[in-house]
Amino acid sequence: MRFDSTLGLESKRGPLAVTLKTILYAAIVIVFLGPLVGLLINAFGAVPDPTRFSLPDSFSLDNFIQAGNRKVFLYLLNSFVVVGFGLLLQMIVSVFAAYALARKKFRGMTVVLLLMLVTMMIPEEVIILPLSAVLGELPLIGTRLIGTYAGMILPIGAWGFSILVMTEFMKEVPVELEEAARIDGAGEMRTFFTIILPLCRPAIGVIGVFGFTMIWDQYVLPLIVATDSDQWTLPIALRSLRSDEEVGIGVLLAASLLALLPSIIAFLAFQRQFMRGLTSGAIKG
Amino acid sequence: MTTTLSPPRRGTEPRRRHKRVRRRGALVPWLFLAPALLLFLYFKFIPIFVMMKDSFFEVRPFLGNRWVGLENYENALTDSAFTSAMWHSAVLALLTTVGSIVLGLVLALLVEGPARYLWFVRTAAFLPVVTTIAAVAEVWRIMYHPGPDGLLNTVAGWVGIGPLSFLSSEDSSLWSIMVMMIWRGAPYDMMIFVAGLVGVDRTLYEAAAVDGATVWQRFWRVTLPALRPVFWILFTLAAIRGLRVFVEVYVLTNGGPNGSSEVLMTLIYKEGLQNNRFGLASAASVVLFLATLLLTVIVQVLRRRQAR
Repeated sequence: MRFDSTLGLESKRGPLAVTLKTILYAAIVIVFLGPLVGLLINAFGAVPDPTRFSLPDSFSLDNFIQAGNRKVFLYLLNSFVVVGFGLLLQMIVSVFAAYALARKKFRGMTVVLLLMLVTMMIPEEVIILPLSAVLGELPLIGTRLIGTYAGMILPIGAWGFSILVMTEFMKEVPVELEEAARIDGAGEMRTFFTIILPLCRPAIGVIGVFGFTMIWDQYVLPLIVATDSDQWTLPIALRSLRSDEEVGIGVLLAASLLALLPSIIAFLAFQRQFMRGLTSGAIKG
Repeated sequence: MTTTLSPPRRGTEPRRRHKRVRRRGALVPWLFLAPALLLFLYFKFIPIFVMMKDSFFEVRPFLGNRWVGLENYENALTDSAFTSAMWHSAVLALLTTVGSIVLGLVLALLVEGPARYLWFVRTAAFLPVVTTIAAVAEVWRIMYHPGPDGLLNTVAGWVGIGPLSFLSSEDSSLWSIMVMMIWRGAPYDMMIFVAGLVGVDRTLYEAAAVDGATVWQRFWRVTLPALRPVFWILFTLAAIRGLRVFVEVYVLTNGGPNGSSEVLMTLIYKEGLQNNRFGLASAASVVLFLATLLLTVIVQVLRRRQAR
């Protein structure tokens, strides 16, 4: 007897069992994929119904052309700017912090780790009001970040999840390699960049793909930072594209599709890294 | 070479150098941590501090803040809009969490296994998790179109139900939001459960089979207990996520109709940024923050106690 799964569904091979299983799995796929497929089809629909989903008679790019007229590609560009610089910053900050936490022993380390955990327990939505005040005038520095890209990028620059995932991974790098580099006369930076970092490439993939989806999905932050509609990122622009009498929901659907595709593509391309981060992050807590 | 150049200072030099190296060595980790700590300070810790401070004031731009003590808290905890929003948040968080976990476990049991087609089903079901909330919420809003020709009403019509009013009725708006959140939350739980199921000791299954246990007995006695730590983690994560829910509600109903789906975060957002009642909104944020913190701590304590 084999135990590939708990219920042993796979070993049931009778015609009835196969039919039932097919229906069941088809139902699962339809329920979870259906809305996304519906969006995909209707976004290319020629004359979409103004209020609801329908099977379009023909396919065209009209919705996307109209979306272009409604500045959707500008919003998309804004999203890419934020995710590009934000992810770069987040990854640099994470690997640096993780290096200290994983490879060094110093006083105050437990406090720092505790602080990281606390930041992970603070959902950004909850501090959104004071954050808008802080971004309005940075304490001590006095800079105003409201209405700038920096205001959308800097607050997501440090992410506890990325730092902890990276830290866990860096702990696994054998000490001997580091010592060998040191004996060869390599300094702190040199050891970090030539020994530690290349060995952490898989973990960099994990924090990269997680960081991407996290930043791409940002909503409240750009909502409070953007002062002008030209600064909108795509997710927060969707709401304003809703009630467009001339074009119905076509523009909204095209824009929604554009907002969904990047993170779906990122997930499909880096699936292994994603699953790895998911289980390491969730199961270790 | 160095020894020939500096023999007289041999006695002091190494010690001094050693000391300097050590002090620099103590500074190195902090230099590496500095960017993260600075960003956390500015965008996490200072905001929390500001939030706690503001919650004791009537915040008046240009006029200066006026100390009101616990008045904001009193208002937030007695104001009917806030109490019903708290109630909605709690119900939404609890039922979404339980719904996602139960559905996630059922899905996990169904799609677990090494076969290629199961991998496909898992991947397909998981896609909602990585989608942008704002965009899928728009899609669901369209699917929830209340007329008889709306997509979900068409489906409901096939089985003889409806037409349902979904988001446009006070009785069903919160439930409709919940369904979408479970749709997006269950596949996440499913994947975690699948990973957990792989880790269950197969020899226990064999032993159970030898003892003549049925599949159900095996599930209740072996599988579920082995998954216990996974339950705790999923429960905490989902409950916190449920309490702080904002985007789903903001996009689907913005709290309507008539406040029937108003949750704490949407109300805080409205009161703070639109009605300029910053102090009141801060007090409500503090309450939500403490609830989140308390929940996390309780679950951690329970988990530790059970693990022992």
